[in-house]
Amino acid sequence: MPAHAFFFYIFSLIAIVSAIMVTTSKNTVHSVFFLILDFISISCLFILIGAEFLGMIMLIVYVGAVAVLFLFVVMMLNVAQQKNQWFGAATGSKHIPVGMIVSLIIFFELLIVIGGWKLKPDLSNDFINLSTTNITNTHSIGNVLYTDYIHLFQLSGMILLVAMIGAIVLTFRQRSGLKRQSYIRQISREKNDGVELVDVKNKEGVKIDV
Amino acid sequence: MFDIGIGHYLTLGAVIFTIGVVGIFLNRKNVIVILMSIELILLAVNINLVSFSIFLNDLSGQIFTLFILTVAAAEAAIGLAIIVVYYRNSGTIRVEEIDNLKG
Repeated sequence: MPAHAFFFYIFSLIAIVSAIMVTTSKNTVHSVFFLILDFISISCLFILIGAEFLGMIMLIVYVGAVAVLFLFVVMMLNVAQQKNQWFGAATGSKHIPVGMIVSLIIFFELLIVIGGWKLKPDLSNDFINLSTTNITNTHSIGNVLYTDYIHLFQLSGMILLVAMIGAIVLTFRQRSGLKRQSYIRQISREKNDGVELVDVKNKEGVKIDV
Repeated sequence: MFDIGIGHYLTLGAVIFTIGVVGIFLNRKNVIVILMSIELILLAVNINLVSFSIFLNDLSGQIFTLFILTVAAAEAAIGLAIIVVYYRNSGTIRVEEIDNLKG
């Protein structure tokens, strides 16, 4: 148990510090790097608590896809050098106290909820370990995901499809003045349209219309 | 202190959630950082769901986390696409200058 506590405190400390750095660092690229660090430490926590499959999926999806997408957009938009300062902005200063108050209220509400949940003895008694069974975490998730939750699973696939189409449609840009290849014109071209036979009269030229 | 229970994990989730909310409220410069704060909030929700799922011995929380992961990926893709289009049209993504709605 002390080893578990040790690793929990290390990873959660890294996660909290990097989450703070995500919101406060001046360079947006650094924010993305700290976001990656945050995801990695949280996935370590997931593996530590016994949800190995979700930890690995978090690594693949968040670090491998989402964070790289963020990094790509940040570098493409050339906003990395925009200073990300909190309290220097004169126009936005009236939002800062309200935001702080609301955030503190949210935090203390969450803490109150957690404390109330802990103090309720009949709920927190059954701390059963999932690893007592023989099957692995991935196996059990697969057992449930493809049977009971198959419709939601397919629905999430549809969500991903819609997101992909939406992103393509949003960022697609038709440039004017470009010569493009038209397959349908190429395929539907006939011999009669392409070649014209002309009787050339003697000592006169041929006028060519292009 | 050395007996890690569900309370520790829930507190971690609460801290990260609050950091995300603070990031949304107080960021005045860059829309991309706001999207990253939203990712932090979703991450905190995932921590809560997974810890409840482990400590209550119920797999539904982990399944929900999987779906939240899907929706978060879709949201990030769409949000970044919108930001790219906005940057292409107006040349800036600073929060102070996106005031077409006079909010």
